[in-house]
Amino acid sequence: MASDAPPLFAARQPIFPRRVSGTFRRLKWAILIVTLGIYYITPWIRWDRGPNLPDQAVLVDLANRRFHFFWIEIWPHEFYFVAGLLIMAGLGLFLFTSALGRVWCGYSCPQTVWTDLFLTVERWIEGDRNARIRLHNAPWTARKWRLRMTKWAVWLLISVATGGAWVFYFADAPTLLRDLVTAQAAPVAYLTIAILTATTFTLGGLLREQVCIYMCPWPRIQAAMMDPGTLTVGYREWRGEPRGKGGIRRRKVAAEAIGGGEAAARYGAALDKDSAAPRTSHSGDALGDCIDCHACVAVCPMGIDIREGQQMECITCALCIDACDEVMAKIGRPRGLIDYLALDDRPPTQPGEVADVAAFSGTPAGHVSGAERPVWAPKPVWRHIFRPRTILYTVAWSAIGVFLVVALFVRPDIDMTVAPVRNPTFVTLSDGSVRNAYDVRLRNKHDEARPFLLSLSADEELSVEVQGAADTVVEVPADSTRRERVYVIAAPPDAAAGRERTEIRLWVEDGVSGERSFEDTIFNGRESFDERSGSAG
Amino acid sequence: MADAPKIDEVTGTETTGHSWDGIEELNTPLPRWWLWTFYATVVWGIIYMILFPAWPLVSGATTGLLGFSTRGEVAAEIERVELSNAELTRSLTTVDLAALPANEDLHRFAVQAGRSIFAANCSQCHGAGAAGVVASGYPNLLDDDWLWGGTLEEIAYTVRHGIRNEDLDSRYSEMPPFDWMEDEELDQVAHHVRSLSGLDHDAAAADQGAALFVDNCSSCHGENGLGNRDLGAPNLADAIWLRGGTHEAILRQLNAPRHGVMPPWGERLGEAEVRAVSAYVHGLGGGEAQIADPATDKGAEDAAAVPDATYPARAGETPEEAGADDVAPTE
Repeated sequence: MASDAPPLFAARQPIFPRRVSGTFRRLKWAILIVTLGIYYITPWIRWDRGPNLPDQAVLVDLANRRFHFFWIEIWPHEFYFVAGLLIMAGLGLFLFTSALGRVWCGYSCPQTVWTDLFLTVERWIEGDRNARIRLHNAPWTARKWRLRMTKWAVWLLISVATGGAWVFYFADAPTLLRDLVTAQAAPVAYLTIAILTATTFTLGGLLREQVCIYMCPWPRIQAAMMDPGTLTVGYREWRGEPRGKGGIRRRKVAAEAIGGGEAAARYGAALDKDSAAPRTSHSGDALGDCIDCHACVAVCPMGIDIREGQQMECITCALCIDACDEVMAKIGRPRGLIDYLALDDRPPTQPGEVADVAAFSGTPAGHVSGAERPVWAPKPVWRHIFRPRTILYTVAWSAIGVFLVVALFVRPDIDMTVAPVRNPTFVTLSDGSVRNAYDVRLRNKHDEARPFLLSLSADEELSVEVQGAADTVVEVPADSTRRERVYVIAAPPDAAAGRERTEIRLWVEDGVSGERSFEDTIFNGRESFDERSGSAG
Repeated sequence: MADAPKIDEVTGTETTGHSWDGIEELNTPLPRWWLWTFYATVVWGIIYMILFPAWPLVSGATTGLLGFSTRGEVAAEIERVELSNAELTRSLTTVDLAALPANEDLHRFAVQAGRSIFAANCSQCHGAGAAGVVASGYPNLLDDDWLWGGTLEEIAYTVRHGIRNEDLDSRYSEMPPFDWMEDEELDQVAHHVRSLSGLDHDAAAADQGAALFVDNCSSCHGENGLGNRDLGAPNLADAIWLRGGTHEAILRQLNAPRHGVMPPWGERLGEAEVRAVSAYVHGLGGGEAQIADPATDKGAEDAAAVPDATYPARAGETPEEAGADDVAPTE
């Protein structure tokens, strides 16, 4: 029975999406141009930050551990901004998914955008669907080689540009470009470009829909976040079924009245425009609006038939809507047989009934045969989008956004952290005074060096010293952190020298702007002595 | 597998043939690229096994054709660092120690290296924080009190030759036991010693003890108990006690003096590392400035005990943290 054993693998069924035009295709073009434009152009925007800082508007400066975004500069200890943005991105995806389904997948996922770009190139070089199918089945002639090599060359160019643009976010773009072409850039830059070139070419050019079907977890997660009220791309089977080729009975009748088949052909088209007329098959059975032309299948980049219902593969790119609308216009039926719809939005009647179709297209019910039928219209779009669930997501999303913006504007330009040295907690000096040490980090976020003046406020008479310095003024270089060991000393008669702990407050003052910041910490006296530590005698 | 394959009606895919309460499992074939990727990882694994250490043996493992080992990488890394530091190490060995703190780069290098050397060789007795252990008589290196001197050169000498060991040049001194004294006399001496630094004491007994102190102790500790660094005799008039300042602790030391021992590090570490660890210890908060000749001038001894404030006020020179990345943004 070996011959009956299932195959180890299934070869990919190649997909040849047909070109389509329409509202959603135009929207996708616009999004493709905007997103790719942002990606390629952003690293080249200049932003003057003075002589000490890079003049690239968006720069992830890994070497100096800074993230520059126009006028905003993020230090590593402010990583919560990034965390907050990631949470916002997550909530944003929840919001869009619960309102509009897999709209991220269909329009702005990089996999979708780059695949779209690669498909455009493919169509431009090898022709539209039918030409590509012929070429696919053709033997490897010189022409096929030429077309394939051209296509792959253009894909490779796009891939290199993709990987190339990525590295510009991590270094000064003009300098790096010069280094790259003169073979002087760091090996990691070339390696990154090579890896991203390979992944772009493979994922965008060769694997395409398989990335979404086999590799990406997001489709499964999103399926769990949609509900019957979510707008998604679907087929109104109650309107389209039973599908089939056929005409309108009245066309026949009218044509016969005028004078036979020739007239029928001539006037048929005009009669088709009457959307209220029912379609029938040639055998006389009532038909739905779907003429089974497979336009929606031909344009699908995932290679599925949307009429089979909701499917894991569907990325809701909405191209089938454009394709079907085009056909509906030609046969004189209202648009929207395939449309953005909610799964719970369907008339409370049997599928295929003409009255509902008419009602849906906005025709007054009385105009349609059978006025006694209930008039039905789908819920307006805003009622799908403004639901408690989406409002909740929006509120959470906005709250984090407001928090981040506020945090961004109230963060100080000078900053200090104080870490008391605990080994030992204090040192007795020969004159009997008690000294505590603190590791103090002073952060200067200005683009120039600033003198930072350290001082102390406490109930006791304590003095403060900076290790190795005559005074307590520390010069902190521009845009950097300075670590200092700071000593706080209590003279013998002072109560703090004996007491176990005294609360003190260390102040730092910017000598130029007068901006102040403080940090509360503890001074340990002799009573904190632990015999085992042996820190005093 | 004798049965004909069963095809699932809905999907058209073959099932595995198993049935659990009527639930059957699809035998969906893998995508071809997935299978190829799997084979590629198998091939990669085989090549890796040949080139790199892979199979564990009874002792050790197969070495692989490339002869790679992480231990070798570490050795190469150490060699590389030593090579790149060779110049600094050489200057550190030859520089005049008094001038070292003024040489910023070299001083920073010495302190950084000294921290590692201290952690590996000195912290066992002096503690990771260099605070010493009173119970064992390991001195605190953070304060401004020094038994044998706190300038860079004196610290380096102590590190190089150690204290009370077989090294002919080691620091050496011995306090004799005073157990031949009457208990009452010892008590009086102890009261006097405590009075020197203003601790609670019996004034009458201390007066009696003063005479005994001058007769028996002042040759090493000085008449005022200020100590003598040439002999490693501790200053008894300050607030710092090597082995505790309680009345009992002083009596214990009078009856049966204990002496600290420190090994000589000169040969084991080499001159550069001795100097590096000395620079580190000197920078812990009590280091003294180099002055003309503290040993010949007894009066200058206390002056020398003032923490140094004459070094260039170079910011960022904290003993724990100073490093090459100080000026560059560090976070």
